[in-house]
Formats: sequence, C-alpha cells, structure tokens
Amino acid sequence: MSKTPTLILQQLSIGYRGKNSHKTVAAGISGAICSGELTCLLGTNGVGKSTLLRTLSAFQPPLEGNILLQGKPLAKYKDKALSTLVSVVLTEKCDIRNMTVRELVGMGRSPYTGFWGRLSHEDLAVVDAAIDRVNIRPLAERMLHTLSDGERQKAMIAKALAQETPVIILDEPTAFLDFPSKVEIMQLLHRLTREAGKTIFLSTHDLELALQIADKIWLMDRNKGIVAGTPEDLALDGHLSGFFASKGIAFDMETGLFRITNNYRHAVRLAGHGYRYSLVRKALQRNEILANRHVESDICIETGEGFILCHPAAPPRPCASIEELLEALSAALD
Amino acid sequence: MRRPLKNTVLALAILLSVVLFMFLNIALGSVSIPLPAVWDILTGTGEAPANWTNIIWKSRFPQVLTALVAGAGLSISGLQMQTVFKNPLADPSVLGISSGASLGVALVVLMSGTIGGIALSQAGILGEVALTVAAIAGAMAVMALIVLASHKVKGNVTLLIIGVMIGYLANAIIGILKYFSVEEDVKAYVIWGLGSFSRVSGDQMGIFTSIMAVLIPLSMLSVKTLNLLLLGDGYARNLGLNIKRARILVILSAGVLTAIVTAYCGPIAFLGLAVPHLCRMVFQTSDHRVLMPASVLMGASLALMCNLLARMPGLEGALPVNSVTALIGAPIVASVLFRKRKSDLNE
Repeated sequence: MSKTPTLILQQLSIGYRGKNSHKTVAAGISGAICSGELTCLLGTNGVGKSTLLRTLSAFQPPLEGNILLQGKPLAKYKDKALSTLVSVVLTEKCDIRNMTVRELVGMGRSPYTGFWGRLSHEDLAVVDAAIDRVNIRPLAERMLHTLSDGERQKAMIAKALAQETPVIILDEPTAFLDFPSKVEIMQLLHRLTREAGKTIFLSTHDLELALQIADKIWLMDRNKGIVAGTPEDLALDGHLSGFFASKGIAFDMETGLFRITNNYRHAVRLAGHGYRYSLVRKALQRNEILANRHVESDICIETGEGFILCHPAAPPRPCASIEELLEALSAALD
Repeated sequence: MRRPLKNTVLALAILLSVVLFMFLNIALGSVSIPLPAVWDILTGTGEAPANWTNIIWKSRFPQVLTALVAGAGLSISGLQMQTVFKNPLADPSVLGISSGASLGVALVVLMSGTIGGIALSQAGILGEVALTVAAIAGAMAVMALIVLASHKVKGNVTLLIIGVMIGYLANAIIGILKYFSVEEDVKAYVIWGLGSFSRVSGDQMGIFTSIMAVLIPLSMLSVKTLNLLLLGDGYARNLGLNIKRARILVILSAGVLTAIVTAYCGPIAFLGLAVPHLCRMVFQTSDHRVLMPASVLMGASLALMCNLLARMPGLEGALPVNSVTALIGAPIVASVLFRKRKSDLNE
C-alpha cells in the first residue's frame, strides 16, 4: 500500500469558542496522517486528545490553522461529502435497544442510501463484507444491547467500514475492554490499514499495545505539543522516555517498552539466559532486588534446569520454583 | 426474510383490530341499534329509521374518524419525541405544547365569561371554533418558543427542561385564571381538559381529518432522520445528518401534530407515551421505517378501543377518554415491560 498523507495539519489550534474568549486546548499542531498506517495518539488525560479527534472529525472547527483532507480544507467539505470520507468510532456508549448488529452496520450506509434509507443489494453486500471483515458474522442477528463491550466495539468498527471511508478516526476504541479484546481490536485495525489501505487515527491509553502495533505514534503534551514518529524512532531520540517517565515509570530501552521502576535495596548476580533468566530477573525486580549478569556480588543465582542459589557461607541450594527461590534468597539476604 | 414477513403479519393483525374496533364503535352505544340495521345504514341499502341513520352518521362515525386520526397522530408525535430526546418518558406533552393549547383554551373560556360577560358554553358552534383556534394559537406560541430555544441551546436535556418549565408556566397561568373565574367557566374548562373524541362534529371533523391526512404522511418523511438520531448526535452527524436542522424539523412535526389533536380533542394523555413502547416491543425493532406505520395503526387501534370503553353501555358520557387511556394503557404497558425484562434475561 502506498503511504500518502491523507490528513495534513498545519499550525492547528484546537479548543472551544466562547462568547468573548476562546479556550485553547492545544496550539501549533502540525503533522500528517498517512494512508496505510495505523497512527496512535498518546497523551495524558485532559491534554486534548478528544478535542483533536473531534476537530479532525469536523465536529468542531479549529480555532486557527488548517486541516487538509485529501488536499482540500476540511471546512470546505459539505456534511454529506464528509460522511463518505471520514468515519468515526466514538467513546459515547450508545444505548440502543432493539437494533441488531446488522441494522447498525447498515446505518453506516446512510450517506449512500436514498430518502427512506433503504439498503440496495450492493449496500447489503457491503454490510456483509464489513461484518466478515471484523469477524462478527455469528453476532450479526444479535441485538446490540446483548453484546459485550468488545463485541459492540467491533460492531461499531464494522459500521465505520460499511461507511467505506478512506479515513477512520477512533476515540479510545480499546477502553473498557479486557486485554485479549484490546489486542484483537488493535490487530484488526492494523490489518485494515494493510488490507484496505485505510488511514486510521486513534487515541488510546494502552501504551504498550500502541508501541507494539502502531506504525506511527503521536505524543501529545501540554508543553511540548505534538511529537510524531515511529515508536522506535521516538524511543531512540528519547521522546518516549521523556514523555511518560516520571515517578515509578521508566522506559526500558532493551524491550522498547515501559516498565515500573523499583528502588533496589539489594543487588544479586544472576547467571543464565533465555526466558527463565528474564522471569527470575522480573520476580527479583518486584522484590526490590537488582539482578543481572553484570552485577558483582557474593550471592549468585544460576538459572538453568532449576534455580540454584549460591551463597559463600552455605552449600548451593537448588530451588524447584521461583517462589521457593525468593524465600531462600530473602533468608540469605537478611 | 423472516422478519419482514413477521412484521407484515403483525401489521395486518393490528389493522384487523382497527377495523374491528371501528365497527364496534359504530355498532355499540347507548342507543342500541341491531346489527343488520347498522350494516344496512353503513352500506346504504335497505330502509332504516332516520334517527338511527343520524346517530350512526352524525355521531358515531365522526367519533370513529376522530379517534382514528387522533390516536395515530399522537402516537407518531410521541415516537418522534422519544427518539429526538432519547428519552423513553418523552411524549407529545413533554415540551409544554399541550399546556400551551390548554392555556389558549383557558384564556378564551375563562376570560370570555369574566371580561366579555358571555359564557362560552352558550356561544354554540362559534364557541367551538374559538376554542380550536385558541388551542392552536396557544400550542403554536409555545412551539415557537421551543424552536427559538433549540437554536440557542445545545443539549437535548436542556431543551427538555426548558419545555417542562414552559409547561409549568402555562399551568401556573391557567391556575391563576381559574382562581379568578366563575364556576361554570371553570367547569367548562375542566371538561375540555378531560379530552374527548366526540367533540368534533360536522364541518369541523372534515377540517380536522383532512389536516391530519396531510400531517401524518408528512411526518413519515422523517424516518431516516429518526433512525440516524438513534445512534446519538456524534454518529448521526458523522453519517451526514445536520443535527440542528433535524432536531427542529422533528420537533416541529411532532409539535404540530400534538397541537392540532389537542385543539380538537383536548389533551389526550398516555397514548403518545405508550404506543411507541408497545410497538417497539411487539415488533422488536427500533427501525422507524417499521415503527412509524406501526405506531399509526397501533395508536388508531388503542384510541378506538379506549373510546369504545369510555362509552360502554351504561357508562355513556360517564368516563372521560383521558381516564380510560390511562386506565387501560398503563397496565398493558407495564405487563409488556415485565414480560420484556424476563425475555431479556433469557437471551
């Protein structure tokens, strides 16, 4: 898929117009969102993520600056034309009773249907394709109010697909979902950028997931504005650690992910490799013990077949589980 | 294909009940007319006493038509209000439009006696027309206020509260008027307030039914808009709907329907609230392409049934329609709601 910028932001100021004064939420936003890419907007609560999404969806006008959608200013589009170019999945949980998933997805065809909203054969085919694309065929005849949050979110995404827009904007599509559903939704969206060449822009608080799946990350900060790039570039130039690293959160360069920081009380040499090594390291970190193969210490743990605790004052102690190892270690350290 | 077929069968069943209730309304009454004679009069064959012909064509038939279109109109109005305000408790009276009509009538009824020195009840046909005009004027005045307000305020809830406040205001003024009026006028007003399908007669019925015959099909044009509004403002807007315009159009449509029906029949409670719920439950859908015609049929059927019960033999003139609609409707809706809850759990 070719990657062309579909949405271009030029010196954008977003916020709310008051009678006498404007309330600017964020200013000086510039950047481009490309087709065939999944772009995730990250930022703390209240930084203006939703306002930015609302502005890009043309729900509210920008205070200053321009938004170009496929080269034409967003404000120049008519409501009707816009509805075939940008579709949204919102956080507002719509409590609709007595509507089937298929009917909801069918609503996505509204911009194309006539006066009564009757679906033609082509419309029905598009609806079916959208339902299949998000893998909810078994749910198609179910009532919306009987679905779980994750299933409903998928139905909403299917609605956006039925709208057949090149751009899809989603406001926290993974909020309130359990972890497998979060992953499923993100992978689904990622797949759509690849298979259908969609431009997908979403806001999320699921940092780890975004860092693993997103093609581009937009970091939004009250002071620094917006910084955009691939997750890896942002990691390399220190933006990621700068953004979120604060009390208790550190950016782990080795994994490219965030982790909780610990204040270490002890340091222990850890020998071995592979996942058994990493898991012991993780368990010890949680117990405020820094452990890796570069630490110099009297006490040493070897991970191989089992876990062996070596202490200069005692014979090597083999442990069957990490739990047993932790107990033995805490006794040795006291 | 299962659902459309099921819907057609259900719609036909309700239509059948409408026809049945129409016939019963014509056949039954305080003056008992034997069925063959009723049939002869309706078909225009055979010889029937002139007074029977008069009762059927001048009294019962207008009542049937009035109940039919009033029930249908109020139900559509209720459905539109519930959808546009996303509030299951919304009904035609929620925006104070029927209170506006009441205020108009109260002004005419109560002031004419006090200021003009003539009791309106003695004014005959002229009085009837005056009441209708006053009710429409009052309702339209309130609606103008609401539409004006809907330009200014953003939220649905705010608009709803403004409507309710206007209703309270109208009722307060009515209360003051009542307090300073003579007893007969107050009684005349109270009787108007009980609602009736039998008030519309002769020429007026022609005007009423033809206005409704235009308004009801017109209001059907809002189905796609209403379906989109179901999704919530954000989604509806994203699908190309101009929310502000849609909201005003739907409120106007529902408001005019309410205003006209209230002007001719008095404030009929409950039908507008109950019928849309019944339709949603019976047809198991929120698609207004189904709900709109369903509400027309169901509203007509229920109004006819209530009218029938209101003048059951022995009760002639004793029960106001307004009480019957609530007495009959409330248990029906409650029972359907309870059953619904159970089936929800089983899903």
